[in-house]
Amino acid sequence: MSLDVFLRHRFGAFALEVEFRIARPCVTALFGPSGAGKTSVVNAIAGLFRPREGRIVLGGRTLLDTGARLCIPPEERRAGYVFQDSRLFPHMSVEDNLRFGWRRAATRAGPAEIAHVIELLGLGHLLKRPPRALSGGEKARVALGRALLSSPEVLLLDEPLAALDAARRGEILPYLERLRDETRLPMVYVSHLVEEVARIADEVVMLRDGRVAAQGPVFDLLTRIEAGEGAAAGAVIDTAVAAHRAAEGLSELGFDGGRLVVPLLARAPGERVRVRVRAEDILLACEEPRAISANNVLAATVSAVRAGAGPHADIQLACGGIRLVARITRASAERLSLRPGMPVYAVIKSVIVDSSN
Amino acid sequence: MFGQLTPEEAEALLLSLRVAVVAVAAALPFAMATAVLLARTRFPGKLVVDGIVHLPLVLPPVAIGFLLLVVFGTRAGVGGWLYQAFGIRFVFSWTGAALASALITFPFQVRAIRLALESADPGLDAAARTLGAGRLDRLVNLTLPLAMPGIVTGLITAFAACLGEFGAIITFVSNIPGETRTLPLAIYTALQTPGGETEAARLSLLSIVLALAFMTLAEFAQRRLRR
Repeated sequence: MSLDVFLRHRFGAFALEVEFRIARPCVTALFGPSGAGKTSVVNAIAGLFRPREGRIVLGGRTLLDTGARLCIPPEERRAGYVFQDSRLFPHMSVEDNLRFGWRRAATRAGPAEIAHVIELLGLGHLLKRPPRALSGGEKARVALGRALLSSPEVLLLDEPLAALDAARRGEILPYLERLRDETRLPMVYVSHLVEEVARIADEVVMLRDGRVAAQGPVFDLLTRIEAGEGAAAGAVIDTAVAAHRAAEGLSELGFDGGRLVVPLLARAPGERVRVRVRAEDILLACEEPRAISANNVLAATVSAVRAGAGPHADIQLACGGIRLVARITRASAERLSLRPGMPVYAVIKSVIVDSSN
Repeated sequence: MFGQLTPEEAEALLLSLRVAVVAVAAALPFAMATAVLLARTRFPGKLVVDGIVHLPLVLPPVAIGFLLLVVFGTRAGVGGWLYQAFGIRFVFSWTGAALASALITFPFQVRAIRLALESADPGLDAAARTLGAGRLDRLVNLTLPLAMPGIVTGLITAFAACLGEFGAIITFVSNIPGETRTLPLAIYTALQTPGGETEAARLSLLSIVLALAFMTLAEFAQRRLRR
């Protein structure tokens, strides 16, 4: 199911002009610093915000076309929305909250599907409770379930984890991953956190000052974040567990470009694992370093050198089929005379495994 | 001096309660509609409507009683028509007392409900919209249930005010024992009678007990709803 979005609007001095297209059903992250216009975009998709000019088409159904004076009201858009503050109805039990959207859905989920959502989100023991008796994480899960059971055609998530602390966030993310892997429901996920985007998203639309700064697959896009954007640049790598070296307490992850060694993971060989390597965690060497403590040294080719405004330079690397980015000082880049096409060795100081199943 | 209520006292008490219940119940749907109109819509002349709704708060009750007499008297336009066409008569009848009480206490209900509607979280309304709930659906299933504490507050305040209404009732429907002589009118009558001070004191005490019982009940209801 494709999603086409075009919006143009002015809020006082802030101009919003966003255009992007998602061709296949996947998790699209709207990523950018706060104030970039992310929430306005999802509100426009949901119909809660009507831009001065805009056109939104979801899977061939036109939701908004200001040119044709068409604006389908939110109650008919079938866009499930998970709000940052969950917005559960305080006068209803969890069960009645879940049923609210289900009752009003065009095609109601059957009992098996309902049971599945309740099981997927771990809501079984919460059904009779009022929302005020729920923790933040439980509220987020109920809000997610409520949106899912309204049989939406797209799921909009506006920083659904923002109100939670890091531990709670880690508790919810696996649910979202399961949702992504088990349903083919397109999702638009608003976030300003690289960790979340790296873990959940397939496609990233990067917003900055009300405009689309970049769009692309998550594996490419995070390498392009510039210093000072409030987020750590880095690369997301899709790997599979290749082998365990239990005696040494290590696991090997294979990917198109080599192998990475990480602390032992509780995953079966062959299972897919997304890992992230931050730009600051990569050192570059022109010759293969031999006597070195780092476990992960990958052969790569420089594909671009971008000097930032500060003392740093971002070096884009191609390593097999994947892209990496290393943030080193401009002085080092000049000393090593790094040029596109040059073979180098990327010494990886640490690999972040975000998934924690 | 306490002992049992005399038949006259019991009559006045029951009449007061009946008038207040009917007045509050009859006014509630109109108060809700008016509150929704004032809280949720914009239309030209809204300020004027708002002013008219609040008029009974500032007008002397006697003036309202007189106006009711002018409009609903059996020889007046509306009153005459109602009497001729349907045989409905408000003057000198307890229903007239209820009508006068309803009008006087209408602003209390409207204000409380409107306040509850205006303090409602628009975010919940937006959430309900994304879940497929239309306008009326949201009003019935979300807005009004959430405004329930406000609605109850309005009902209680209006009920209490009804029990105390005097001027409009005596002007509009006179002081007829068993028909329009509510507690305040009975106290007034006792004071007009030589040696009636004891009776007035008994009735006043009855009013105090009633008021206290009612306020306690109201507080209890509020706590249950707020939980």
